[in-house]
Amino acid sequence: MKKQVESILEEIKDLNKNLVFKKKYKTLKIMEVCGTHTMAIAKHGIRQLIPASIDLISGPGCPVCVTPIREIDKIIEIIKKYDATVFTFGDMMRVPGTNSSLLAEKARGKKIKICYSPTDALDFAESNPDKKIIFLAIGFETTIPLTAVIVKRAFEKKLNNFFVYSTHKTLPQALNALLSDSCINIGGFLMPGHVSAITGSSMYEGIPQKYGIACVISGFEPENILLSIHAILRQITGNDFRVEIMYKSVVRPEGNPVAFSLIFDVFEPADSEWRGLGLILGSGLELKKKFEGFDAKKIFPVANPVSCEPPGCRCGDVIKGIIKPFDCKKFGKSCTPENPVGACMVSSEGTCAAYFKYMAGI
Amino acid sequence: MREPAQHILNTWQEFKASVIKEIRKAAFFILFYGFSKAKRMIINMKDNKNNSILLSHGDGGVKTGRLISEIIGPALKNNILDRLEDSAIIPCRGAKAAFTTDSFVVSPLFFPGGDIGKLCVCGTINDLVTSGCRPAALSLSFIIEEGLDINVFKKVLESIKNTLEEAGEGIKIVTGDTKVVEKGNADKLFINTSGIGFIEDGPGISPSNIKEGDNIIINGNIADHGICILNCRQEFGFKADIKSDCAPLNSLVKDIKDAAGSGLHALRDATRGGLARVLIELSGSSKMNFDIYQDKIPIQRQTRGICEFLGMDPLYIANEGKMVVFAEEKNSIRILDAMKKNRYGKHSAIIGRVKGIKDKNRNASVTLITELGTKRVLDLHYSEQLPRIC
Repeated sequence: MKKQVESILEEIKDLNKNLVFKKKYKTLKIMEVCGTHTMAIAKHGIRQLIPASIDLISGPGCPVCVTPIREIDKIIEIIKKYDATVFTFGDMMRVPGTNSSLLAEKARGKKIKICYSPTDALDFAESNPDKKIIFLAIGFETTIPLTAVIVKRAFEKKLNNFFVYSTHKTLPQALNALLSDSCINIGGFLMPGHVSAITGSSMYEGIPQKYGIACVISGFEPENILLSIHAILRQITGNDFRVEIMYKSVVRPEGNPVAFSLIFDVFEPADSEWRGLGLILGSGLELKKKFEGFDAKKIFPVANPVSCEPPGCRCGDVIKGIIKPFDCKKFGKSCTPENPVGACMVSSEGTCAAYFKYMAGI
Repeated sequence: MREPAQHILNTWQEFKASVIKEIRKAAFFILFYGFSKAKRMIINMKDNKNNSILLSHGDGGVKTGRLISEIIGPALKNNILDRLEDSAIIPCRGAKAAFTTDSFVVSPLFFPGGDIGKLCVCGTINDLVTSGCRPAALSLSFIIEEGLDINVFKKVLESIKNTLEEAGEGIKIVTGDTKVVEKGNADKLFINTSGIGFIEDGPGISPSNIKEGDNIIINGNIADHGICILNCRQEFGFKADIKSDCAPLNSLVKDIKDAAGSGLHALRDATRGGLARVLIELSGSSKMNFDIYQDKIPIQRQTRGICEFLGMDPLYIANEGKMVVFAEEKNSIRILDAMKKNRYGKHSAIIGRVKGIKDKNRNASVTLITELGTKRVLDLHYSEQLPRIC
């Protein structure tokens, strides 16, 4: 084992022992907000290394998982009703809607394409002026600037066959909503590294003081995650709660002002529904009036579909960190990565997928 | 205000109706078939809802396995096919012959380190040699899309010829077929090759021979083929010069056999589904646990970098010139030396060990011991979605 990891672990164990001894907590719940953290923690087996009294729980940080089933149903309705080509990221393909999924529609011959960058969709729209292209935009602050850039480009090029269906969401509002839910008892946050690189640390100011919670922005290497857990324990020991950056090579306190301002050039805040968390005021993004000609929701109106969550699926509770995937009766039985019931099993960064892939049989 | 109320009412009524329908159906099944059989039938019905072939049926993961075991297997059941090994062993007038077939649909046709012509020869030779046989002859069938440039076709043939020369041992193409289909009904060029070889007397090489304490050896860097194909499709624009590892491994296997004597237990080429799939399959068929050391697995830095960037696991990415060797511990250093001397095995390494099963009730599994010393079980329920890599 690497020496650095060993020495951090020693310190974590000492701090934890002291804190338990002083009855600061029996078990400390640390929520990793970002899906990439969930994946890294499971992949490197970090839970096997840290003391049992530190419980790592996963939060609402996977954009695919928090997209409500209604949005999937709506986009499928649009594809059925209007003859449009939809571009989206791979993970969205398999998320089950009430009756179908994008993947199933693709196998039935509907035009749905996976892209790795939103510009692929824009290029396709430009070279196929007779086709209607919808980019199903998803993601937090890390991917929103990309969508903003292509909307701006489409505006400059005066494209009239390119549209964006925005399911973009912003994280800070969700964290506030999560914390005001009384059944969640979180002692510390591992804040997302990539999102914070755009937003900066100031977005989370207020959370530590208001709720008495340690917030540490972490990177994704195992050493980095352990250092961040260590920083959380230090904050609890010193009763000194603040937003600390442990990913200084990438995250600056002011974030990336250029990318951040791009978001609000194109989008404006709107209320948005999150799976598991419900409607959160101001947590979504819709295109501004200037760009409404690109808004697929306005150009391709469909009736509100009758959406219902699959019975027995507990993705909502998993996203809030109330239960572990193992506690869901469907986990690993009727819900597996190739036959997912809920979104947390679909997404490559979903909590259930991470548990299934890396923690089965341990 | 009326509209949302009406909407909620509608939703509730539809939900109620669907629940009643499901309960009726379940009651019917339980009444007629008993509880356990009914449960299985209902689960099967749910699975069959989506009854078309998806790309994931061809990725070498769980769905591929199900397609073979639940659809193809039962339809064509026989004692040789049921073994589901890379090549079939058929009795042939006192001797034993190995027989295999493989189709190639890679896109693009030409990529760094190889092309569809080289691939179709190597793939079939490698499948043959895993049974320990000496490959003798191959067949070659083309499905060509109307409009293919004749020079492209010539280039593929040239490559087939060169690869046969590279493989040596007098392996020949002895029969073939050509079909042309209308434009749009195939993508440029598809190739099928079959191969036949003869098994010389000696110790049997088969997954069923894997024993406790065996060392697991691989002949070099993993994941290069899959990442090379992905990279040359230009979807990401990485500036990396990763070459496919596509190679005929008959000479390597010959060197291994010469060095090992009776200590060689099993061979398997790690293609679609990567190293992980081969290990999981062999662990299942030999009913042994394997321990794999992550820091021992050879992988190029740039390949690892691209995998990390895209969130892919290199263990599950395809290779086209990688042989996984199971050999007795006392012979393994000798085998490793012989492999390192072969041109296709310069980066060979011992990556793991076979462990017996103590608890008979648990399924055999492959445990990856990470660089941090933590453990995780490798699972077939996961595969990388990279279509048309071979």
